[in-house]
Amino acid sequence: MTVTVERGARATGKDQHTGPRRPRTRDSYTLFLLPGILAFTAIIVVPFLMNTGVSFTEWQGIGSPKWTGLANYRELMDDSEFWASFRHSLFMVVAMAAVPTMIGLVLAAALFDYIGKHFGSRWAAVLRACFYLPQVLPIAVAGIVWSWILAPDNGSLNELLKAVGLGSWQQDWLGDPDIALYSVMGVMVWVQIGFPLVVFMAGLQRVDPQLYEAAELDGAGWWRRFWHITLPQIRPEIYVVLTWCTIAALKVFGAVYVLTKGGPGGATDVPSYFSFSTFFEKTQVGYGAAISTILTVIILALSLVLLKLQTRDEEGDRT
Amino acid sequence: MTTALRRYPVLIALCIAALFMVVPFLIVAVNAFKSPAEYSQNGPLSLPEGLYLDGLKSFWERVDFGQKLVNSVLISGSVAVLAVILSVLNAYAIGIGRIKGRTWVLAFFVLANMLPQEALVYPVYYLSKQAGLYDTRLSVIIVFTVIQAAFGTYLLSSVLGQFPREIIEAARIDGANKWQVLWRIVVPVSRPTIGVLLVFFFIWTWNEFLLPLVMLISNDNQTVSVALGVLQGQRLMDATMTNAAALLGVLPAIVFFLVFQRTLTRGIAVGAVK
Repeated sequence: MTVTVERGARATGKDQHTGPRRPRTRDSYTLFLLPGILAFTAIIVVPFLMNTGVSFTEWQGIGSPKWTGLANYRELMDDSEFWASFRHSLFMVVAMAAVPTMIGLVLAAALFDYIGKHFGSRWAAVLRACFYLPQVLPIAVAGIVWSWILAPDNGSLNELLKAVGLGSWQQDWLGDPDIALYSVMGVMVWVQIGFPLVVFMAGLQRVDPQLYEAAELDGAGWWRRFWHITLPQIRPEIYVVLTWCTIAALKVFGAVYVLTKGGPGGATDVPSYFSFSTFFEKTQVGYGAAISTILTVIILALSLVLLKLQTRDEEGDRT
Repeated sequence: MTTALRRYPVLIALCIAALFMVVPFLIVAVNAFKSPAEYSQNGPLSLPEGLYLDGLKSFWERVDFGQKLVNSVLISGSVAVLAVILSVLNAYAIGIGRIKGRTWVLAFFVLANMLPQEALVYPVYYLSKQAGLYDTRLSVIIVFTVIQAAFGTYLLSSVLGQFPREIIEAARIDGANKWQVLWRIVVPVSRPTIGVLLVFFFIWTWNEFLLPLVMLISNDNQTVSVALGVLQGQRLMDATMTNAAALLGVLPAIVFFLVFQRTLTRGIAVGAVK
């Protein structure tokens, strides 16, 4: 790493002496990009192209891949496991993007505008820290904590339900195929909520307080101010949060690996776990590559659409 | 009076919600200090009768947790520093150098940042085996340096795009070359953003799961996240061991959180608005 950096330095230094003309000096900035271009080619571009290439082959990871054209993709279209994993992805988008954004908006507005104003910013900061804490936790650790809390025998949640007289509500939260997906969703809401909250609270700081004062003088209640001032004012942040969280939801892997391993009976399988197990447990590398290629296409297409919406919205504001 | 009456319910509701967020941490902390006998007798909700440290101690020894911490610190620390250097070089060319086609270069980095790791993991695994880097900490450091630098380039480019050009031109007139301008002027002035990136890269790499899980199979090289995730996946732990594992996994995160809280919250705001 350091070697390439030093080489870049020497190259630019030399360029200084030999090329005093303007266009040359401007172009010589490209040399600073050299280590980055090389590293990205080796670590991102080449593996990505290889993965896409392998998706058109049948390959067990050893020997040479056998070209099969679109056979993997055709097979995926008839694979109910594949469709189920993407259906579960939609549930993850609800749990990691839609719900945290909504709750985050209300919490951020309440903390900023209510707690911050009436009880001081210290209270707001402490409460914000509590909500943000799960975000710094490694997902593997969050998974350990929750799978223990949600354990069927002796798990804290079931014990708690028994203690308050709701013993009939006890469940095998992660082991029952009908409930497991919702339990994982609940955990993901808990993990995710801090991110929108912190972004929205930062966004609220640039909203002109006079807007609120004027609205308050006009007799607008808290919900009306939230709806007509807060929401429109922090729309850029809402777009950013929805974009990032949706992408994170489509990529979710660690939580599923630690909580359920996609089970029971595939009830919580998601595309990234599906491709992982196809790669490394079933060693059907070509098939796994096809799954991850489709996932990539979906994520890239979605990010382009969301970015487009965002820029159009910003331009719409300016005119 | 009416406002005071209306204020407190909101505060109380928020405090209850916040409590719900931290309760899992509290339960873990309480149970990590119970002996197995006490746990099976009293269940998870009682307070511990005494400080039982053997569970923690035996877990620490059994998974060689000290080594895992060293690995995590080494990998995350190296990635943070190297990825920041790479991001600064890229962003200098894009944001200040305004090289030709910079929009496309930037779009490339943004797309690289969006790419799911699943689309890279098998070739990276395969290539690292070919290169003799499989199951080394170096392989993970290299891969994450590049992955984190994708975000760093994107963020720093937009920050440096607004860098006051008069300062750079003044230095150029005084005879500083581009390399000197970068290290003596651009880097010191952008220190707040660089600090945010260092903290982010460190914590993100600490928390990474998929690639380290695939790349680091031998016990001596595993990170905290991977070691705990694998143990959990094997379903071999009893309740007290699980708690010891959870507590030891949670503690570093809480330490980072307390140390870096300001940088984190400021940084997320910077990252989201840019």
